[in-house]
Amino acid sequence: MSGRDVVLRKVRRALGVTGEEAARRSAVAERLKKSEPNIIPERGKRDREGRVALFREMAEAVSATVERVAASDDVPTAIARYLREQNLPAAFRAGADPAIGALPWDREPNLTRLSGASDGRDTVGLSCAIAGVAESGTLVLVSGPDNPTTINFLPDAHIVMLSADDIAGDYETVWQRMRERFGAGKAPRTVNLVTGPSRSADIEQTLILGAHGPRALHIIVVG
Amino acid sequence: MNLTADRFKDNVRVALDDDQLQRALTHVRSNFIERRAKAVDALPEFEALREAARAVKDHALTHLDLYLEAYETRVAESGGHVHYAETAADARDVILNICRKAGARTVTKGKSMIAEEVDLNNHLEAHGVEPVETDLGEYIIQLRGEVPSHIIAPAVHVNQDQVEADFRRVHTHLAAERDLAEPTSLLAEARGVLRDRFLAADVGITGANFLVAETGTSIIVTNEGNGDLTQILPRIHIVIASIEKIVPTLEDATTILRLLARSATGQDMSVYTTLSTGPRRPDDPDGPDEYHVVILDNGRTAMLGTEFQDMLRCIRCGACMNHCPVYHAVGGHAYGATYPGPMGQVLDPAIFGLKATHDLPNASTFCGRCESVCPMKIPLPKMMRHWRDKEFERGLSPAPQRWGIRAWAFLARRPALYRLATGLMMRALGNLGSDRGRFQMLPFAGGWTAHRDLPAPEGRTFMSAYRAKAQNKGRKT
Repeated sequence: MSGRDVVLRKVRRALGVTGEEAARRSAVAERLKKSEPNIIPERGKRDREGRVALFREMAEAVSATVERVAASDDVPTAIARYLREQNLPAAFRAGADPAIGALPWDREPNLTRLSGASDGRDTVGLSCAIAGVAESGTLVLVSGPDNPTTINFLPDAHIVMLSADDIAGDYETVWQRMRERFGAGKAPRTVNLVTGPSRSADIEQTLILGAHGPRALHIIVVG
Repeated sequence: MNLTADRFKDNVRVALDDDQLQRALTHVRSNFIERRAKAVDALPEFEALREAARAVKDHALTHLDLYLEAYETRVAESGGHVHYAETAADARDVILNICRKAGARTVTKGKSMIAEEVDLNNHLEAHGVEPVETDLGEYIIQLRGEVPSHIIAPAVHVNQDQVEADFRRVHTHLAAERDLAEPTSLLAEARGVLRDRFLAADVGITGANFLVAETGTSIIVTNEGNGDLTQILPRIHIVIASIEKIVPTLEDATTILRLLARSATGQDMSVYTTLSTGPRRPDDPDGPDEYHVVILDNGRTAMLGTEFQDMLRCIRCGACMNHCPVYHAVGGHAYGATYPGPMGQVLDPAIFGLKATHDLPNASTFCGRCESVCPMKIPLPKMMRHWRDKEFERGLSPAPQRWGIRAWAFLARRPALYRLATGLMMRALGNLGSDRGRFQMLPFAGGWTAHRDLPAPEGRTFMSAYRAKAQNKGRKT
C-alpha cells in the first residue's frame, strides 16, 4: 500500500468516515467553489484616495519608501532621481513587462536597463506589481517573463511600480482579481506578497534591515 | 535529533545555572510580549478573526481526507508531485531519494520545524548531501551544532558575542581583523557567505505555513527572504509539511495570516508571504524545474478525532512560549524535544511518545497565559491535563507521586477522615511555624523549600474556618 493510501486511510478511520459521504463531499466542493471571505477588517474599506493614503502609511511604517507620480511617463525620471539620491549606479534590471517597456526611457538616456532574470550581480531591480494591499502596505507580484521572481529578491535595492488603481483595500479583493485573470483554481508559479524590505531579528531580537532580500524597497505609485 | 525530554529535570537545573542563556532569555520576556500586544490592540477585529480562524481549521480537519485529495489533484495539475510520508523515516527517505536522483551535493534550506522534527539534516549529511541552513537563526545554530530553542526564533538562546565568536571560528576565509562588533556587520557577513551557497545549491527545501486546497499552493511566511532564494534558485524545490497545514481557500489562509505575524512578532504581515504552485512554467525565466511536496503524518492522525484534535489547529506562531513563565525561566532546549513551550508540551508526547516525554505536560503552572494568547484558541492547559491523566493511567509518573495521589484519593473519598487528618496536620504545622510564620525546610517539601520559604498555616483548615464563620453569622441573625 502506498504512503498516500496509508495516510488517507488513517485520516478516515480517525474521523470515522469513508470519504464517500455525499454531504461531506458537497460541503467541500461548495467551499472550494465559492471561496467566500471570512472577516475582512474595516481598516481597508475606503475610497480610492483613502486606500492610496493607507497603503502609503502602512508601507512607510515597515521601512519602505513611497513616492507618487502623476503619470507613468514620469517614472523614468523618478527612478533616475531615486538612484542618484541613494548613491546607486544608474543601471537596473527589469523583466519584459509591457508597462515597463512602454515608458519614455529616452528622457533619461543615462539609465541602463538590463532585461531578464537576475543572477545575483544586479544592484537594482525594477518590477511592476499587479496590486497593492492597503490594509498592510503590501505589494503583490507574480512570476513570469514580465517580472522574473529573482528580481524581487537578489538586487540590493528593489524599485516597484504600482498603479494607484490597483491598490485594493484587502487581500480578498486581490484573490478575486487573480481568479478572473488566471482562472478559478489556478495560480501563477509564484505570487509574492512583499511588505517592506527584508529584515532579521535573529540576533538578540534587534531588528536589522537587509537580510537576504533587498536592503531597500522603493515604491512608485502611479496616478 | 537528540531527544532528552526524559531528562527534563536535569536539563532544567543546567538551564537555570546557565548565565549566557539567562541573559538571552531577558529578550524573550520583554520584546515578544510588548510587540504582540501593540499589534493586537491596533486591529479591532482580532478577536473575531480568532473565532473565524478556529472555524476554518475545525472545518478543514473534519474534512481533511477530502481536502488532501483536492489539494493533491491541483498540485498534479500544475505539474508538481505530492508524496505522503507516514513516519519521519518515510519523509527522510523520500527527500533523500529526490536529492540522489538529482545528483545533489548541496541543499539549501529555509526554516522548517518539520525538517527538525524528522531530523532531516543528519540524515542528508550521513548520505553525502550537505544541508545548508539559510535563515540567520538556523544558520547560527547549525554552526554551533545545536537544535532550535524556539519555533520562530531558533537562536534566541544565543547572545551577540557568541555569534561573533562562531563566525570568526567558521568563516576563516575572511580577514581576521574585520569588525564584527555590531549586529548589522554580523548580518552582512551571513548574507555574503550564504549568497554563494544559494547560487550553488542543487535542491532547495522549505517548510509550509499553509497548503491551499483550492489552488494546490504552498505558502511560506518569512522576513529575511532566505526562503524565497531557497526555492527560486535551485533546480528542485521540495516542500515538507504536515497534514494539518491544509486550508480550503486563499480566503481561509488570509484569515489565519492576519493572526499569524501579529501573534508571532507583532508585525501586521511578515515581509515575505510567498505562494508557490508547481514548477516553473514554460515561459518562466526563473524558478525550479521540479516541485515536490512531502506531506507528513508522524503521529498526527492519531490525534484526529480525539481529545487532542484541537492541537492540530496550531499555526506555529510561538505566542504560547513567548508568554510562558516556564519557558522564560528555562528556555527551549530544556524541554529536550523538537517543540518547546506549551504547544510542545502537548505535541511532543503525540510525536515522540509519552514514555520519553511524560515530564513535559507537568512543566506548567497552569497560569493559562498560553491559551489566552493562542490565536487559534487551543485549550493547551486542558490538553496537558489529558496527558497527565494518561501518564498516571500508564504508570509513567514516579512511584512517590503515584502513592501520594492514591493516599490523597483514599482520604478524599472519606470526608470525615479527610477533615480529621487535614485538621491535625494544619494544627501541627501552625504550632511548629508560629514563631517565624514560615518554614525554610520541611520534610517531603524539599522541591518547594529549596527555592523559597513555605508560609506557615494559620492553624485551621478552610473548612473549619468556614464552619465557624457560618455559625457566627447564624448567631447574629
